[in-house]
Amino acid sequence: MDRNLKKIAIAVLGLAFFAGCKPKTASDAVSGNAAQKVYVAPGEHDEFYSFTSGGFSGQVSVYGIPSGRLLKVLPVFSQDPETGYGYGEDTKPMLNTSHGFVPWGDQHHLAVSQTNGEYDGRWLFANENNTPRVARLDLTTFTTAEILEIPNSAGNHSSPFVTDNTEYVVAGTRFSVPFEDENTDIPISSYAENFSGAITFIKVDSESGRMAIDFQLKTPPVNYDLSRTGKGVSSGWFFFSTYNTEKAHTLLEVNASQRDKDFILAVNWKKAAELIKQGKGRKVKAKYAHNVYDHNAHSATSTILDEVNVLDILDLEGVAYYIPCPKSPHGADVDPTGEYIVGSGKLASLIPVFSFSKMMKAIEEKKFDGDYDGIPVLNYETVLHGEVEKPGLGPLHTEFDANGNAYTSFFVSSEVVKWNVKSLQVIDRQPTYYSTGHLTVAGGNTKKPYGKYLVAWNKITKDRYLPTGPELAQSAQLFDISGDKMELLLDFPTIGEPHYAQIVPASLIVDKQKRIYDINANTHKYVVKNEDDTRVVRNGNRVDVYMTTIRTHIAPDNIEGIRMGDEVYFHITNLEQDWDLPHGFAVMGNNNSELLILPGETRTLKWIPTKVGIIPMYCTDFCSALHQEMQGYIRVSPAGSNTPLRYGTGDKAPKAE
Amino acid sequence: MHSTTRILVGIAGAVLFIALFVPIWQIQLTAPQYPEGLELFIHSDKLSGDVQIINGLNHYIGMKELHKDDFIEFTVLPYIIVALGLIGLLAAAVNRKGLFFFWVIFFALFGIVTIIRFYLWLYDYGHNLDPAAPIQVPGMSYQPPMIGYKQLLNFGAYSIPATGGWAMIGAAVLAAITFIKEVKFKKKKI
Repeated sequence: MDRNLKKIAIAVLGLAFFAGCKPKTASDAVSGNAAQKVYVAPGEHDEFYSFTSGGFSGQVSVYGIPSGRLLKVLPVFSQDPETGYGYGEDTKPMLNTSHGFVPWGDQHHLAVSQTNGEYDGRWLFANENNTPRVARLDLTTFTTAEILEIPNSAGNHSSPFVTDNTEYVVAGTRFSVPFEDENTDIPISSYAENFSGAITFIKVDSESGRMAIDFQLKTPPVNYDLSRTGKGVSSGWFFFSTYNTEKAHTLLEVNASQRDKDFILAVNWKKAAELIKQGKGRKVKAKYAHNVYDHNAHSATSTILDEVNVLDILDLEGVAYYIPCPKSPHGADVDPTGEYIVGSGKLASLIPVFSFSKMMKAIEEKKFDGDYDGIPVLNYETVLHGEVEKPGLGPLHTEFDANGNAYTSFFVSSEVVKWNVKSLQVIDRQPTYYSTGHLTVAGGNTKKPYGKYLVAWNKITKDRYLPTGPELAQSAQLFDISGDKMELLLDFPTIGEPHYAQIVPASLIVDKQKRIYDINANTHKYVVKNEDDTRVVRNGNRVDVYMTTIRTHIAPDNIEGIRMGDEVYFHITNLEQDWDLPHGFAVMGNNNSELLILPGETRTLKWIPTKVGIIPMYCTDFCSALHQEMQGYIRVSPAGSNTPLRYGTGDKAPKAE
Repeated sequence: MHSTTRILVGIAGAVLFIALFVPIWQIQLTAPQYPEGLELFIHSDKLSGDVQIINGLNHYIGMKELHKDDFIEFTVLPYIIVALGLIGLLAAAVNRKGLFFFWVIFFALFGIVTIIRFYLWLYDYGHNLDPAAPIQVPGMSYQPPMIGYKQLLNFGAYSIPATGGWAMIGAAVLAAITFIKEVKFKKKKI
């Protein structure tokens, strides 16, 4: 009896011991003063902006750091019914492509423009993965200023990464495809023979920011994943991670994971740019759209271009080299000094760190391990600075602080690991909730990282927030990295899927903010700068309504004589010249979005009447005390009726006949 | 005239010219909707600051719009200031007591008339409201304070002299001091 009791007691104790070994939960990971560190009192401002990609939402979101407050969602590649972006006549051209109008995009990576390898806060570049495009956002207005389509490319993933003085933005293709000027109606199984990779170098005008494709590098058919510009000692070079060097065209999860090592492609872009200047490029037919928004005309134009300059990488000498990198590398990240290049093999059990000076020496001494498709392959050991042993599972991306440390995200083991770039020793590791993709250190991709904060962008949230049905938010996790140990401060849900982000000191951006658009500078084709000039003009079945809004009326707010079969265009100028005073505009039953019109702006909305009768219209943005009075009526008569065209507001409104 | 008087009168005359180039009066407005504040500056010849925005807001309560052309003052005032300044300088230079007293009296009258005009102006704008205005609060008028602070619905209005106004006040103080001094001298001499 006693013996049995003892046995039971031991068994119970044993269970208790195992229960005590249960892994720590998330709440254990937060220390006492975390709340204080992220508390930004009402009315106070955050120290940093985080420009965060929206992934499959196609947009860019802006958060304040350290509070994690969502400040704004910026429409870039997807239509936005909230503002009318991509619905209004004047912004529709922004989403034009060589395939016609594409209402949606997949936005992954962001790059703030740089001067001398540091953020200058002028522009934000954004990639679109699905229908290859690169956008430029103006950070004085937080609006999309330009979208450039990338031809000969598919899955614009290795993009947009900028050179240290924003000379170029690059766009490397994820999918290799046949070039447009070649026979493209070919068997998919002829991938290895007929498909090509393309790395596009987009020149950025240093004054206006205007983008133009300078040249494309045509390469063997592999997948380009990510890239980074060289800086400091490696300035003038670009590093692209590649996978599928197996050249598989089906079941890539298996067939593109066979080789022990893929490559990081090192490109001497200064030399390539020089060759283009010397006229070594080959003009190749390719259709692509270039969409530009004009902030005075408050309108976008879309131009279809039909030619690019191509350099075939196989014809070049001293421009491109392969660095072998285990295994299917995702991130290829360059440390602040420019000397160390970190390859993060998704399926590798270690992190190789390559030395730029060793690479240059090997190139000089022509120490190659043969070639791959005609491109010299460097010897792994020769160019290796060292390996981080057992860092974690599934390394994806690495960013840096100013003290010689690197921070790598691990998707599979769901953690962030801090290690020293020179000594390659792991210093700290912290769990993430769950499965981090990218991570961002403030200024972590520049010559002078600001450090202080790190944000891990997580793919899975499961139990982190109140449940919202099968579809859950993705999340951001903020760490304080000012000490030796990383300290988890906060996590917050995000819009869409956050891939990469740029965390920028607010001081670089705040002073440049525009408050209104000067109405005197408005050159919109249909602008009306004075209420007396508002009018309705019929031309066949096209009706143009030249309209104004000002607190708190629409002019004209009574319109008669619209007929079924008409196409009505409302051209609305917001006459306000006061900060934070947009007016909205919506028409009942319009098969279209609303418009949000900022002070001094003109916007055009199309409406095709669907019913005979009285149709209300009103201001949708609570603009002032009499917002609910800001409304009007449109009388729609049957097709062919002779209701006269009459309109006006107040005394000028149409009177009884 | 006493030599100190001459110097002070000369300074007063010269200082008056400042009022030609910088605003004389300012009205600062704040409201929950305008944490950054709105400003109205009254110059000798114009209005500046957020005139357009203030006009836009005033239509709610039926206040007339502020337009430079509605005020004869903006045409006349620069000439009066120039005249006052020149006479002051002249009085100091030619050392004629008659001219000095004329200057002081002219200045005093100008001051009184200006203050009355300004008051009436504020009264008119604050009381003479459009009867069809959207916002009508029984018994409420919107006369901004001539000097100091007053709450007008959601707006706090703070009215104070601007640089030009301070210059004029300074000149007036000098005029008063020198006037008293000269009158005393006169008595002593008798």
